[in-house]
Amino acid sequence: MSNSQTTTTDHPALVHQFDDMVQQKEASTFGMWVFLLTEIMMFGGLFAAYLIYRLKYYDAFVAGSSSIDVTWGFINTLVLIGSSLTMALAVSAAQRGVRRQQQVFLVLTMVLGTVFLGVKAIEYKQKYDEHHIPGGFFQTFAPTDIAHDLVEKEGKTPEAASQIAERTQIFFCFYFAMTGLHALHMIMGLVLMTWLLVRAGHGEFGPQYYTPVELGGLYWHFVDIVWIYLFPLLYLINRTHGK
Amino acid sequence: MTEGAHPTHKVYYLVFLALVIGTVLTFVVAKIDLGFLNPIIALAIACTKATLVILFFMHVRYSSKLTMLTVAAGFFWLMILITLSLSDYLTRGVIKP
Amino acid sequence: MSSTTQPVTHVMPARHYLNDNYGIRSWLLTKDHKRIAILYLFSITFFFFIGGIFASLIRLHLLTPGGELFQADTYNKLFTMHGVNMIFFFLIPSVPAVLGNFILPIMLGAKDLAFPKINLLSWYIFMGGATFALIAMVSGGVDTGWTFYTPLSSGYVKTNVITMAVGILFAGFSSIFTGLNFIVTTHRMRAPGLTWGRLPLMVWANYAASLIMILGTPVLAITLILLALERGFHIGIFDPKLGGDPVLFQHMFWFYSHPAVYIMILPGMGVISEIVTCFSRKRVFGYSFIAFSSIAIAVFGFVVWAHHMFVAGISVYSAMVFSLLSYAVAIPSAVKVFNWTATMYKGSVSLDTPMLYALGFIGLFTVGGLTGLFLAALGLDVHIHDTYFVIAHFHYVMVGGMVMAYLGGLHFWWPKITGKLYPEAAAKLAALITFIGFNLTFFPQFILGYMGMPRRYATYAPEFQVLNVFSTAGASILAVGFILPAIYFVWSLKYGEVAGPNPWGATGLEWQTSSPPPTHNFYQTPVVTEEPYYYGTEEEVRVVQ
Repeated sequence: MSNSQTTTTDHPALVHQFDDMVQQKEASTFGMWVFLLTEIMMFGGLFAAYLIYRLKYYDAFVAGSSSIDVTWGFINTLVLIGSSLTMALAVSAAQRGVRRQQQVFLVLTMVLGTVFLGVKAIEYKQKYDEHHIPGGFFQTFAPTDIAHDLVEKEGKTPEAASQIAERTQIFFCFYFAMTGLHALHMIMGLVLMTWLLVRAGHGEFGPQYYTPVELGGLYWHFVDIVWIYLFPLLYLINRTHGK
Repeated sequence: MTEGAHPTHKVYYLVFLALVIGTVLTFVVAKIDLGFLNPIIALAIACTKATLVILFFMHVRYSSKLTMLTVAAGFFWLMILITLSLSDYLTRGVIKP
Repeated sequence: MSSTTQPVTHVMPARHYLNDNYGIRSWLLTKDHKRIAILYLFSITFFFFIGGIFASLIRLHLLTPGGELFQADTYNKLFTMHGVNMIFFFLIPSVPAVLGNFILPIMLGAKDLAFPKINLLSWYIFMGGATFALIAMVSGGVDTGWTFYTPLSSGYVKTNVITMAVGILFAGFSSIFTGLNFIVTTHRMRAPGLTWGRLPLMVWANYAASLIMILGTPVLAITLILLALERGFHIGIFDPKLGGDPVLFQHMFWFYSHPAVYIMILPGMGVISEIVTCFSRKRVFGYSFIAFSSIAIAVFGFVVWAHHMFVAGISVYSAMVFSLLSYAVAIPSAVKVFNWTATMYKGSVSLDTPMLYALGFIGLFTVGGLTGLFLAALGLDVHIHDTYFVIAHFHYVMVGGMVMAYLGGLHFWWPKITGKLYPEAAAKLAALITFIGFNLTFFPQFILGYMGMPRRYATYAPEFQVLNVFSTAGASILAVGFILPAIYFVWSLKYGEVAGPNPWGATGLEWQTSSPPPTHNFYQTPVVTEEPYYYGTEEEVRVVQ
């Protein structure tokens, strides 16, 4: 269906409670922002708890942070930033009604998102191999390598080292909780992108109606922003020990 | 408020570049020992990157005041949670009951 | 009433939202905010009675000091289930999801809320949460108290904490979506001429409550998720054995749960504003003060949460800060009480049932609110924390305040919702019974608490028995007061007098349309040209008296 002949009051996508497409777009966009507000608070709760424990158990957090692979984290940050670019370009293409470009950029965004999740899977597997998963449900938590590094590289006594290593359990709780919640949001984002891709393929979006893509973009950028904070907070607590 | 202007593609690419540079910078600075400045710089760069994404990728620069207020409210409320909780933890033992 | 014309016999409109479409699918797949409000009405009434049953069992058990009726473990489950049901599955959705959903779009002159499908989704999410909660209850209940303090809840009890936590999580998301809908609708869908300064105070109140819903509930969500993870996977965020801090759970829990009490009371206050002005036939005194005090309560309510933790081990410095802020948050509420009273002064007050409930609210909420100040005082709280003083305080604000407001609103808008009038005599009787029963139940508890009777204990010292017996007697009277409306409301559906569009002669857009309203609320988009609550000039009001 073409969107060049429809006015803002008889567009097929106009729903009954709104007077015109302008009101619909404004309300929908505002609604997405309010939803993102709730997401800020949800992740924020985790961030607040993380902050408190980082202050309380700084040494353990440093040790835990040093044991996760910063190169993967760095790569993932670039991947997500790239996906934000492609998403912004997808929204722009939707606004101009250029179907091909919409599809290309949406697919690119999804590919980058999948790469991100793939890297996370590799990282999680690394943690599993190193026995750093806390809780004892998936495996026994055994941070012997961390304790070892603390003794060898930091010159701590074995007792202090083993205590700090035990405490890294809290760091890893937050590592998995924060990146896990983030990954869950990524997966939901990919589902969202798929839906948008299908609709874009039907030529639904153009200058008069591209709100779903815009809203999808807002969601995607938000997930990117969460990672922008997660990267330094989890991976870069203290990297000046030459590891 | 009707649609605001949208950024040009050039703006998008520039922002992207800035984000990449910011990431590299964070990575590099983290390896240098600056004591207490390390986390501050890392977070400052993160905040700058977030601001760029919000203003340009999320079009807030071109949106209504209501949108900007909503974003600001989110961070403000997060600050309430963090600051007031910390006010407990950081002052334990300061005044004896 | 002021009318001296002949009584008009009204007829039900031919087509309205209730008979526009028949069949279960038209209800379960409805996008009409009015039908969704009715769906919520059924759900929360059910949970109100479940919570009420638990309350009855508690009061029966507490007739004797030795706790012979139930074992201590069972008693723990009773008060936990009472709290969880009442707070998450009745109070929080009550006014917003029932009255707000129904009346807000009409008050705004809109055809529906901004996102009707999300509105329906919020009900389904609520029912999902309700299902989990019922499963948790039926399969043994939870016994940690509705506050789920760790490490008891995360590592020690054997009851269905996770199932219940998931249920509450869902209920929380339901309220987030309701709040989101209200906020967007209020900002973006007001009728022409309806500026913020002309909004009914019910809208301001629900808007403020919605702000709290979206800003606070997500923190509860993450707290419950962490609790479930800790319990399920034995990780140690809150467990001291693994280095975790139980006080952190309390910080995160109360960051939501304190503002939650304002989610519960603000919409009720909105209802009271509507009722008081209508039944005093006078414009609300200090409209902007009441409007802004709602926002002030919403904002201030977020910075006082640690007053629940004064004796939990937080620093004395932060306790002093939170104590001071807790005193500050009482001020906007007091402003409202003064303004309602001033509205009634020299007004033409008629004591119909909604007004009776409103008057009850004003008195009882004031008592509850003032006793909150007792609890906010650090030194005093050391003595009365975790005693029946606290229980009496929050029941005064929640039941004496909120439930009365809800019932008042239900009576006030019943004619609009159903097109029928409830029987006024029976309703007045029920209101009186409720008031008497309530005070007899909860006033003794202030004394009990002050004398030292702790809460959440299955037994108590024998010298407390007399007051406990009074309290239980009051509870049985209160139960009658709550059951009566259930009966006569249902009765009124078939035998009630037809109400007509505006049985109360009230101002407001909702009274300009038929009772019940058509599916799209209005036949023509209304245009608002005057300020709210215009009942005539002072002169006209005095002449009418």
